[in-house]
Amino acid sequence: MHRTAQDIYDSFVEFARTFGAFQLFFLRLLRHSPSMLTSRFGVVVGQVYNAGALSLVIVMVCGLFVGAVLALQAYSNMSRFNAEDWTGVAAALALLKELGPVMTAILFAGRAGTALTSEIGLMKATDQLSAMEMMAVNPVRRVVVPRFLGGVIAMPLLAAVFSAVGLFGAHLVGVELFQVDVGSFWQQIQLMVEPADVREGIYKSIVFGIAASLIAVWEGYNTVPTAEGVGRATTRTVVITAITVLVFDFMITAVLI
Amino acid sequence: MGDGSDNLIEIRNLKYSRGARPIFDGLDLNIRRGEVTAIMGPSGTGKTTLLRLITRQLIPQQGTILVDGIDISTLNTSHLYQLRRRFGMLFQNGALLTDLSVFENVAFPLREHTNLSDRLIRHIVLTKLHAVGLRGAAGLMPAELSGGMARRVALARAMVMDPDILIYDEPFVGLDPISMGVIVRLVRRMNDALGITSIIVSHDVQEVATVADCSYLLSDGQVAASGSPDELSTATSVLVRQFMHGMADGPVAFHYDAPSYEEQLLGRDS
Ligand SMILES: Nc1ncnc2c1ncn2[C@@H]1O[C@H](COP(=O)(O)OP(=O)(O)OP(=O)(O)O)[C@@H](O)[C@H]1O
Ligand SMILES: [Mg+2]
Repeated sequence: MHRTAQDIYDSFVEFARTFGAFQLFFLRLLRHSPSMLTSRFGVVVGQVYNAGALSLVIVMVCGLFVGAVLALQAYSNMSRFNAEDWTGVAAALALLKELGPVMTAILFAGRAGTALTSEIGLMKATDQLSAMEMMAVNPVRRVVVPRFLGGVIAMPLLAAVFSAVGLFGAHLVGVELFQVDVGSFWQQIQLMVEPADVREGIYKSIVFGIAASLIAVWEGYNTVPTAEGVGRATTRTVVITAITVLVFDFMITAVLI
Repeated sequence: MGDGSDNLIEIRNLKYSRGARPIFDGLDLNIRRGEVTAIMGPSGTGKTTLLRLITRQLIPQQGTILVDGIDISTLNTSHLYQLRRRFGMLFQNGALLTDLSVFENVAFPLREHTNLSDRLIRHIVLTKLHAVGLRGAAGLMPAELSGGMARRVALARAMVMDPDILIYDEPFVGLDPISMGVIVRLVRRMNDALGITSIIVSHDVQEVATVADCSYLLSDGQVAASGSPDELSTATSVLVRQFMHGMADGPVAFHYDAPSYEEQLLGRDS
């Protein structure tokens, strides 16, 4: 009994310590971000391209199918009320407010996030970060910050692509397959989707972008510098990002509703 | 600069341990200005660790390290970075940046710390690559290099900012005899022509003898012997003779600390 209490206490202390270090790390990134954005914008753009290009294809393919399946579900549900014209609205709202940001963040973690973690982790394992230290170059500023910013900028763009392609998928199913009138399909969307709905999706994709990128670079920077350590760190990136994104999604939605 | 003494680096009573395992236990060591100092010792004695302590990538539990008269433990980050710009370091495995080409790797410190024009950078980088015989490899990526080539590129990178102090961690491992000769002469020439202070970590007794002014032999967390290569090779101490002539038996343990072999094989150690 005594042991269990001690164990719980120990793991709580350990958690608090890690969480504190995580926050400090975040502050360090924020401190270096403005100068990186102004003086080395090219490096950041390179990382936006890296993170974005890596995830673009998978985001588009998934967006298409998620939009299509949403339209399938919406059509079958709406037809119970003879409200087939609302198929587009139902799919669009689900995409913009929920599935666009959430799915994109999870795909991003799986594709670009793991790449960031293993890249930084391997740089650490092969002394590249130490070598930078020795060349009087701060590796947090030069390696971690641009990758973090690249992810933060790429995420909302990817979420927008996801939602746009998703709407196209919904159009294919609703209009082409089920013959919903194309005019009313899109007009209903224009009438019913409000700027606040779009804003909700944008807020979420920004928050998720920060969370996913931060977790990915943190895991990479704190990798145990061995092959096994890098493997574990990439796995953790995906798992922790997925949980974090879903919890944040619930909280943001609860606040905004 | 500094206190003008002959010693560029002075290490006093250095104590450092990894967990419960002491690596250094009261180490005293001087690196003389303008000379090539070799640090030798059996694998795992802490030679790489010592280099990391000198450059404050690691912080000792006790003792002082003076670089040019300055106690490096008192430096703040920006002063530390200023000091590090006077160092060039060749890592044991090269540590090239894998996402940059050979050329960009060597150009990296210049791009980070100077505003030189592209033409000038190109000129400097190609000169340094030429010195290590790899001008033709400028366009390759680090993954396309052999281990020895990677270390030579890393050497070019370490020299590119014209440092005052060059630190080499095992520069001769994995080099063929020809490159070895070239690199040994390069190390010596840079030292003499540019007045650089060099620290070489190596197991290679012969090569060290041709290039070093002074050698330290580390063992058990302390300096076991020191002196010019001649002094060491004619030393009568059992320990020095064991290392210089590569004998398994002697005061330097070939084995990492372990419980008795017999006990462990019989499964009695737990
Ligand atoms: N990250 C680490 N964590 C724990 N112990 C370490 C770590 N790095 C090195 N050590 C220990 O420190 C000791 C010294 O290591 P170091 O790399 O300095 O040896 P070395 O003299 O450079 O050996 P070699 O000639 O093989 O390169 C070793 O016994 C090793 O077990
Ligand atoms: Mg070593």
